[in-house]
Amino acid sequence: MGKKTLMTGNEAIAEAAVQAGCRHFFGYPITPQSEIPEYLSKRFPEVGGCFLQAESEIASIYMVFGAAGAGARVMTSSSSPGISLMQEGISYISAAELPCVIVNVMRGGPGLGGIQPSQSDYFQATKGGGHGDYHVLVLAPSTVQEAADLMMEAFDLADKYRNPVMILGDGFLGQMIEPVEFKRRSSTDRPARDWTITGAKGRAQNVVKSLYLKPDVLEQHNLQLHRKYQKMIKNERRVETYLTEDAQVVIVAFGMAARIAKTAIKILREKDIKAGLVRPISLFPFPYQTLEKVAEKVDKLLVVEMNLGQMIEDVKLGVCGKAAVHFYGRVGGMVPSYDEIVAEVEKIVKKKR
Amino acid sequence: MKKVFERPKSMYPVSTHYCPGCGHGIVHRLIAEVIDELGILEKTVGVAPVGCSVLLYNYLNCDMYEAAHGRAPAIATGCKRVHPELVVFTYQGDGDLASIGTAEIIHAAARGEKISTFFINNAIYGMTGGQMAPTTLIGQKTTTSPFGRTSEEAGYPLRVSEILATLDGAAYVARVAVNDPKNVIRAKKAIKKAFETQMKGLGFSLVEVLSQCPTPWKMSPSEAVKWVEEKMMPYYPLGEFKSPKEEG
Repeated sequence: MGKKTLMTGNEAIAEAAVQAGCRHFFGYPITPQSEIPEYLSKRFPEVGGCFLQAESEIASIYMVFGAAGAGARVMTSSSSPGISLMQEGISYISAAELPCVIVNVMRGGPGLGGIQPSQSDYFQATKGGGHGDYHVLVLAPSTVQEAADLMMEAFDLADKYRNPVMILGDGFLGQMIEPVEFKRRSSTDRPARDWTITGAKGRAQNVVKSLYLKPDVLEQHNLQLHRKYQKMIKNERRVETYLTEDAQVVIVAFGMAARIAKTAIKILREKDIKAGLVRPISLFPFPYQTLEKVAEKVDKLLVVEMNLGQMIEDVKLGVCGKAAVHFYGRVGGMVPSYDEIVAEVEKIVKKKR
Repeated sequence: MKKVFERPKSMYPVSTHYCPGCGHGIVHRLIAEVIDELGILEKTVGVAPVGCSVLLYNYLNCDMYEAAHGRAPAIATGCKRVHPELVVFTYQGDGDLASIGTAEIIHAAARGEKISTFFINNAIYGMTGGQMAPTTLIGQKTTTSPFGRTSEEAGYPLRVSEILATLDGAAYVARVAVNDPKNVIRAKKAIKKAFETQMKGLGFSLVEVLSQCPTPWKMSPSEAVKWVEEKMMPYYPLGEFKSPKEEG
């Protein structure tokens, strides 16, 4: 496109997938992300894509398994309860090392919870969710533009590591309208995929599987996956720091919460409180090193999340006791206002360590 | 000298891990023979289930997926939608297809997904050691129905072919058995018809195979083939429940 268009986050995510060369979508409707399947059901016929509304999120994720195994650039999208249903499949996809992109437009839980924005799936996204020793690469956009950019990149990362990549947004990001520009066309050059299911013509059989009955063989498989996750940790840490250089207090937040925190920081600076922001963009791998460095200069941090304290555990691991880590969270679909964050920072600044 | 019998090209020259008298080996071979006869080895894709036949890819040498329990039809759907030119089949047992995977099989059939499913009904969970299956007969003893299945506690066994035949998307649905040579020949014909239905693009096809499972049934192989005929066939009648209209 090359020019700015007004779009909802959900639509931008869907269009970015199309422009990244994704031509297969399998999913099941759920609020607040249904605009993604709706958009693609209309858009895919224009580009020769395959849109299929599955009978459940469970079926969706295994259709993704089948299509990814067959070599396609493929995605699904859902929201928290639906992503829970997909966890079995995400474990299998990770085990079989299939590239795909999964979008979670988070809503409040647990259970059916609500349909308003939340960040309460952080643990599920970053620490596993399904069974077994595995990780998905998790990227958390905070603007519609960033959602589009990360969505495009997600397909390349999925291919690069033969691993699922999750875009972790929330209902706020999915529903809000902002200008967005689709900056690049994803390279059509994908890495060689000689392992895919295409029919065993002129070659030996390919098998896409996750069963290793011999413990020594499964251990080797686990170790090989582990080495891959180590590579991601080394190469794919993404983080934005904002006004941290001279900061006396640093807010740590991701996604929508980080965006609100930026406004709070501007207000705090007008009040002569030097606040800064660390915004992890990749949640796995988590940018521990950035927090370690920040904690060398700042003795007070405030973690702001739309949950009751999940990413804070990773922040504490990064800070490693070198600074006090405070927390402010809203839940249930309630979104923290910048005023609340300002008040919280003012309270912390007054506190002795 | 004329060769009258040989191993299908679509099978690896290995022996299987199945118990003596098990029907899986027969069905594997029939599928391999049909793949050979149709000349489609290079474009056939199988999806193995969870159950005794999870290692199907160790015996058939076409490209294969290994599915999670019950999800083979969804995986086959994903593959077929990417490569419509391939011939895609799932191979599923009764726990896999008729219990945990009911949603996936019903909707694959309802969509008229152009895949073929070979459904092995042996009225028991074999791999996990003989527990009650959705297809276990009333009165049948298993390790989780030790006094015999009762309808009061466990309801009634599922007749999958009859259910699927009601769906417009299902083009070919048949139930066969592999308990004697005559039935084995009929089973092969049904398997061939299922593949042909898919290759003609007519819709979903399923062949249910009544199969013997002597070890968890606690029977000898010869008792087991008799049990298929005497106990299973009255509840699960053989035949074609749905068939595409003959051309011309």
